[in-house]
Amino acid sequence: MAELTIRESLNKALREALDNNENVFIMGEDIGMYGGPYAVTKGLLEEYGSEKIMDTPISESGFVGAAIGASMAGMKPIVEIMTINFSLLAMDQIVNHAAKIHYMSDGQLSVPIIIRTVTGAGGRMGATHSQSFEGWYASVPGLKVVSPSNAIDALGLFRSAINENNPVIFVEHSMLYGVKNEIPDQYYETPIGLPKVLEKGNDLTLIAWSGMIPLAKLVSTELNKRNINTEIIDLRSLNPIDFELIFESVKKTNKVVILDEYWETGSFGSYISSVIQEKCFDYLDGPVGVINSLNVPMPYSAELEDKVIPNIDRALSKIKELFGF
Amino acid sequence: MSNIDKETARSYLLEMSKIRHFEEACGRMYMQGKIKGFLHLYIGEEAIAVGAISQLTNQDYVITHYRDHGHALARGMDPNKIMAELYGKKGGSSRGKGGSMHLFDKKLNFMGGYAIVGGHLPIAIGLGLALKKQKKDGIVLCFFGDGAVNEGEFHESMNLAALWNLPVLFYLENNQYGMGTHVKKSSAAADILYKFADLYGMPATRIDGMDVLTVQDSAKEAINKIRTNGGPVLIEAMTYRFKGHSMADPASYREDSEVKQWEDKDPILLFKEYVKENNLLTDIDISNIENEVKVIIQNCLKFAENSPLPDMSVAMDKIYYSDN
Ligand SMILES: Cc1ncc(C[n+]2csc(CCOP(=O)(O)OP(=O)(O)O)c2C)c(N)n1
Ligand SMILES: [Mg+2]
Repeated sequence: MAELTIRESLNKALREALDNNENVFIMGEDIGMYGGPYAVTKGLLEEYGSEKIMDTPISESGFVGAAIGASMAGMKPIVEIMTINFSLLAMDQIVNHAAKIHYMSDGQLSVPIIIRTVTGAGGRMGATHSQSFEGWYASVPGLKVVSPSNAIDALGLFRSAINENNPVIFVEHSMLYGVKNEIPDQYYETPIGLPKVLEKGNDLTLIAWSGMIPLAKLVSTELNKRNINTEIIDLRSLNPIDFELIFESVKKTNKVVILDEYWETGSFGSYISSVIQEKCFDYLDGPVGVINSLNVPMPYSAELEDKVIPNIDRALSKIKELFGF
Repeated sequence: MSNIDKETARSYLLEMSKIRHFEEACGRMYMQGKIKGFLHLYIGEEAIAVGAISQLTNQDYVITHYRDHGHALARGMDPNKIMAELYGKKGGSSRGKGGSMHLFDKKLNFMGGYAIVGGHLPIAIGLGLALKKQKKDGIVLCFFGDGAVNEGEFHESMNLAALWNLPVLFYLENNQYGMGTHVKKSSAAADILYKFADLYGMPATRIDGMDVLTVQDSAKEAINKIRTNGGPVLIEAMTYRFKGHSMADPASYREDSEVKQWEDKDPILLFKEYVKENNLLTDIDISNIENEVKVIIQNCLKFAENSPLPDMSVAMDKIYYSDN
């Protein structure tokens, strides 16, 4: 067992991919000479050379499209988009092209690319650099979306993603790269689509993913002090989602709160909530709570940002309001 | 201009007439309600698809925009499957899931028609990148319109192709309009679109797109350049669409005299004159070709008509790749 951070586990995953498949290559802005904006690709250029590790111009639509085209011709590109905020410049390629080509060609062509990108707030980076768009991509048929919260899942999900013949949006959270875990020595994969119970409990189900997992754990610790046992479910994948495990938990606890870093309006969390209300209505003791970022562009000031992002105070008072805990 | 033999003359005339009559049939079937949605006809531009694609080998890729019937047919795609696709039938090339603007035929390396203006240009870059990485000889022939030149994706793609020295032939079909907007109203460089290539250090020419032999010769030269140097080339072919932008467009933004002026340069009429003057084909040969085309068109209409409608299992299929 080696202890790795998410950053290191992804670096390991990329090396494995490069070692195991000669069609794999990586491209993105500043992934080579610079060492990667979040240092995930550190050392790869030196080891694998510039054919495999391609620095691209700041040309998101151009190089994401190039990855799509290369994948249609038999390559296995891994693309890094510096952050999910910049993925909007490649939205056309991702949504209109990557997600559609397999379908529109009736299966003649496939787009087996992985797009790695970085989501989330908390870095005091202001309104244009603190957004969480993974839910947008998750809503598009034809794309698969995963977002790990720990190093074990990061490696396992990447291994599954590399074996996919579909476009996978691999969403990493900017605040989680330093999260450390013991990585099993034996090869394993984390199946795409399968949520995981992180903590078992009977009183309340907390659903979260990615950057909201640390908050879920904090909430759980606080509630534990009051003898409330929470069950934390880490979605890990946003599309597809096997809901069975979620339904089972809801049927047991009868109470659900979802933590979602996106804004309130149109959030992915509210989609999860609607599925639960429809499928588990008779089991619910009260409304499904969704805690989101407030509906404002992210302010820069730390003082303000911490209040806009879902936080422990807002989570606890919402839970009290809903369930009286 | 290069001399061509009888067989080539026959083939060019057949291919251009096939496209012309196919498109005319599409127009009629659209009016009858058999074909729905957006339908963009290639009438007037046939010399480009036929002349340029004639210079490719099987390993080369073709990728194009939504005005794609001509390119698909010239690449050898089955007219039956195209027509059935336009009818939304199960016998269509994508079993009715693509439509007129999204034709694909992987076996022919026809990598598709794309309906987001400029959107397929980065994909063409990727096809070229794959060829280069795989050390294959092929090139990518990428068609697009004058409208696409104003998209960022055009400039991003030109830059990447030149920067990475990729085997891509950027083929600009300048029919002078993007929907109802004349190129002079959409580009600050309207008179010299091909010169954008200069900035990227890419060889480029502007040619008469109404003459199939000019198209053939310039494509041959460009493709030779690409095969020798590896890097991209741009061709701007001056042309005109004789019909509106789509069937929904009466084309009220242009003068009849302008249309007439271009109709006088009809690539099929011009080529018929050429082959007769040069004793390549006789009147009988030409009427034989026309009869052959008529049969092809009748057959594809019959095929489309008789093809069954897709059921919902088709709609729910191939959203994701699956091994089974
Ligand atoms: C990104 C995008 N914007 C707008 C449209 C709507 N649209 C479809 S075709 C077209 C004109 C394109 O003109 P051009 O590239 O010159 O091709 P042509 O139709 O003349 O062959 C427009 C504006 C679109 N499909 N995609
Ligand atoms: Mg045009």
